[in-house]
Amino acid sequence: MIKETKVIELEQVAIRFSGDSGDGMQLTGTLFSDATALVGNDISTFPDYPSEIRAPQGTVGGVSGFQVHFGNKKITTPGDKAHVLIAMNPAAIKANAKFLEPAATIIFDSDSFTEKNFQKAKFQTTDPFTELNLLDYHKIGVPITSLTKEALIDRNMDNKSVLRSKNMFALGLVSWIFNRPLDIIEKALNQKFGKIPEVLHSNIDVLHAGYNYGMNMQHTTPQFLVPAADIEKGTYRNINGNHATAWGLLAASEKAGLPLFLGSYPITPASDILQALSERKDLGVKTFQAEDEIAGICTALGASFAGALGVTSTSGPGLALKQETINLAVMAELPLVIVNVQRGGPSTGLPTKTEQSDLMQALWGRNGESPIVVLAASTPSDCFDYAFLAAKIALERMTPVLLLTDGFLGNGSEPWKIPSMAEMPSITPRIAKDPSRFKAYRRLDETLAREWAFPGMEGFEHRIGGLEKDESGTVSHDPANHQLMCEIRAEKVARVVDLVPKIEPYGCPEGDVLIVGWGGTYGHLVSAARDLCQKGKRVGLAHFNYINPLPANTAEVFSNYKKILVCELNLGQFAAYLRDKLPRFTYHQFNKVQGLPFLVEEIKMSVTQLLED
Amino acid sequence: MTQYTYTAKDFKSSNEVRWCPGCGDHAIMNAIQRVMADLGLKKADYAVISGIGCSSRFPYYMNTFGFHTIHGRASAIASGVKSANPGLHVWQITGDGDALAIGGNHFIHTIRRNVDINIILFNNKIYGLTKGQYSPTTDRGEKTKTSPFGTIEDPFVTGQLVLGARGTFFARTIDGNMKMSQEIFDVAARFKGTSVVEVLQNCVIFNNGVHEEITRGDDREDKQIYLKHGEKMVFGVNRDKGLVLEKGKLKAVTIGQEGYTLDDILVHDAAEEDVYLHAALIHMALPKLPVAFGVIRSVQRPTYEQAMQEQITGVQKTRKITCVDDLLRSGNTWEV
Repeated sequence: MIKETKVIELEQVAIRFSGDSGDGMQLTGTLFSDATALVGNDISTFPDYPSEIRAPQGTVGGVSGFQVHFGNKKITTPGDKAHVLIAMNPAAIKANAKFLEPAATIIFDSDSFTEKNFQKAKFQTTDPFTELNLLDYHKIGVPITSLTKEALIDRNMDNKSVLRSKNMFALGLVSWIFNRPLDIIEKALNQKFGKIPEVLHSNIDVLHAGYNYGMNMQHTTPQFLVPAADIEKGTYRNINGNHATAWGLLAASEKAGLPLFLGSYPITPASDILQALSERKDLGVKTFQAEDEIAGICTALGASFAGALGVTSTSGPGLALKQETINLAVMAELPLVIVNVQRGGPSTGLPTKTEQSDLMQALWGRNGESPIVVLAASTPSDCFDYAFLAAKIALERMTPVLLLTDGFLGNGSEPWKIPSMAEMPSITPRIAKDPSRFKAYRRLDETLAREWAFPGMEGFEHRIGGLEKDESGTVSHDPANHQLMCEIRAEKVARVVDLVPKIEPYGCPEGDVLIVGWGGTYGHLVSAARDLCQKGKRVGLAHFNYINPLPANTAEVFSNYKKILVCELNLGQFAAYLRDKLPRFTYHQFNKVQGLPFLVEEIKMSVTQLLED
Repeated sequence: MTQYTYTAKDFKSSNEVRWCPGCGDHAIMNAIQRVMADLGLKKADYAVISGIGCSSRFPYYMNTFGFHTIHGRASAIASGVKSANPGLHVWQITGDGDALAIGGNHFIHTIRRNVDINIILFNNKIYGLTKGQYSPTTDRGEKTKTSPFGTIEDPFVTGQLVLGARGTFFARTIDGNMKMSQEIFDVAARFKGTSVVEVLQNCVIFNNGVHEEITRGDDREDKQIYLKHGEKMVFGVNRDKGLVLEKGKLKAVTIGQEGYTLDDILVHDAAEEDVYLHAALIHMALPKLPVAFGVIRSVQRPTYEQAMQEQITGVQKTRKITCVDDLLRSGNTWEV
């Protein structure tokens, strides 16, 4: 008898892998995403994990998830809700119930449905689906644990190692369901575990077992077909925001002809940048893992003083510690790039979750009049461009530049059309040439940037530091000089505007509501704007990558809409900033501080409400 | 290496020196400027880095590259300077508050890494620039503006902290002894690794005479010992006193008395890896034992910036990725 196969063709699907934080869900999700990108879908990913390395097993708090959204058109978000949930235990079902599309498919490990696991997940009954009101869902119980054991029976492995391969069974099964070729995954496993053959081979065995299980059980398992996306021609790779940031800095260093120096201290979710650059000894990068956040930025500023491209990377609480040194860079007028991968605050807050609540800290978190350039990346791959631009501005304008990314961008990934270095803009550091004309704080042109002379350059010996100076670099307590220098430093940053492209709204160029966003919310905001425009609403989106200075035409764009809605993952920091900078407009707000990205739906609802008001 | 000819004057900047008249800092700076002139290294390769405090004004008075930074952070900034460009001669000027209080963490970690910088620590046992509060080296019970009833904490012994941080080089000198200071700064400058030189320095305004117990009187030679590597630990006005080790402890004896001869006197070995005797020498205090000066510890270990450079050179010998374009196209890519 020929089994009937259900093939469902879809434009886009969001899958969520979910299990204990030790179940290997991040690896499973990453492998699946890479394979998906390679078969030509556009993708967007969202890892969502607890801050504990091994949170209590089986509990809802310990659930680690990885969502990947892919399709045959441009994918701009990881998806509000999942069409398919892979749940390794009851807790994973509970944690994700509210993130499922209606009638979604839930594939779960039926072996995990035990009294003990129901208790750990705090279920009252032994029927989680009824308890969570998930009745009209397509539920597929697969005895993943016992089938994994079965697949490895000849390998003579201890129970713990066997159970560790469960995730590969789930991956194999999902690969069959979505028609992903296993050879791509096997290649990736080979790269990861090639040096430990036992682990490699057991993983591959279980991967195939899962795949074959899907094929043999076609009558119960649907198969989805997601055709390849229509994507611009070129060479592509998958990249997450933290890697893109690291590589953008490398690109800037090469373009500027200056060595790259990263001084940093590990912190979630920014450590990846330090790790990615530590791997790049081949390109001559110097990475300095300092004793604390302060030393991280201090070594970077020391490197800048010595003539390198000095960079530091951190997240919220670390930025607070670095502010004093950022201020020294403001005063000394040295180039310095500070990357802040924002996370949920205040204090330790939600270390592994995303937020946009460091904007005020970035702009104003220092003593004295302390203007700096603030940029924000908006997608995982454009972290590359904004890291590059941050370095370009720092080196050409002799100022610290703070780049804001966030946990969502840093950990999230998307396919990226690889640029060539030839097409990147030039970077011309302001290195002094004529010792006879050199004065530490003389400004030679329109930009008001001083010249950069560093130790080793004969004839340029001079002193700089945190005390106020006059033009020659001599310490000065003169009242008029202090005011002049404060104004010059502010004006220098303001003049960076000539490097800032004009803001071009997406959607309607004029209309009823302008959605205003900045940084990592771009994907969700543009999806919402697109959907609303398709429905005939007169809506535009102005999304900001340049926070200070703002694009020159900001007011002009704002004046083309009846209402402005500022959407951000905080309680209204950018809105407050805009009220200060452009007070003649009324700013409505849509704010979310749950450690989670926006949902496209909730933005659409908020805009619709404002349209109707 | 090219030898340059300088005089101490070449290292003086045009800025007016604003330390108080009679401050020990003047003598320390003169000694350093003379040593720099005598070393004959290219002046433009010097970077003098400081934190905050009276001593930290130092870079402004030097005709070299200088960076007057923020409180406590000079060690970290100097580490960045040296790591970024190992060809530079990096001097860090700091004080007991700057290095041992607010900058304690950076101080110990810089020493642990063995970054090749010369740390000159001015120890006057008081906060001078903020006008007279106690510091982490102020003696227990000392009355200051913030301890009007006497401090209730024990001070750091700088050298012990250096040893605890696995320091490779520690020396001690005193502001008033220019000759000794110059000799020690010269050795410290030539040493590869973090060389910490503690300079006992007098604050004429807020802690005048803090080191007088050691320096005053005709018998001061009896109260100090200038240790030199490979030489007997002999001291005293008549050079008849020496140090011996008895029951695991140092003891000061008079040669020719109680049966002690010159043969019994210890020989100073600054290159000894074991910290035991170095720690004992650093800890010596009046009245029972003389205060130790000179290079107490000087052992060889790889420097941080060299190891960093060697790792890069090593990886680059067999590198597959030679430029950013290579990197961007490495690993899994696909064509559309």
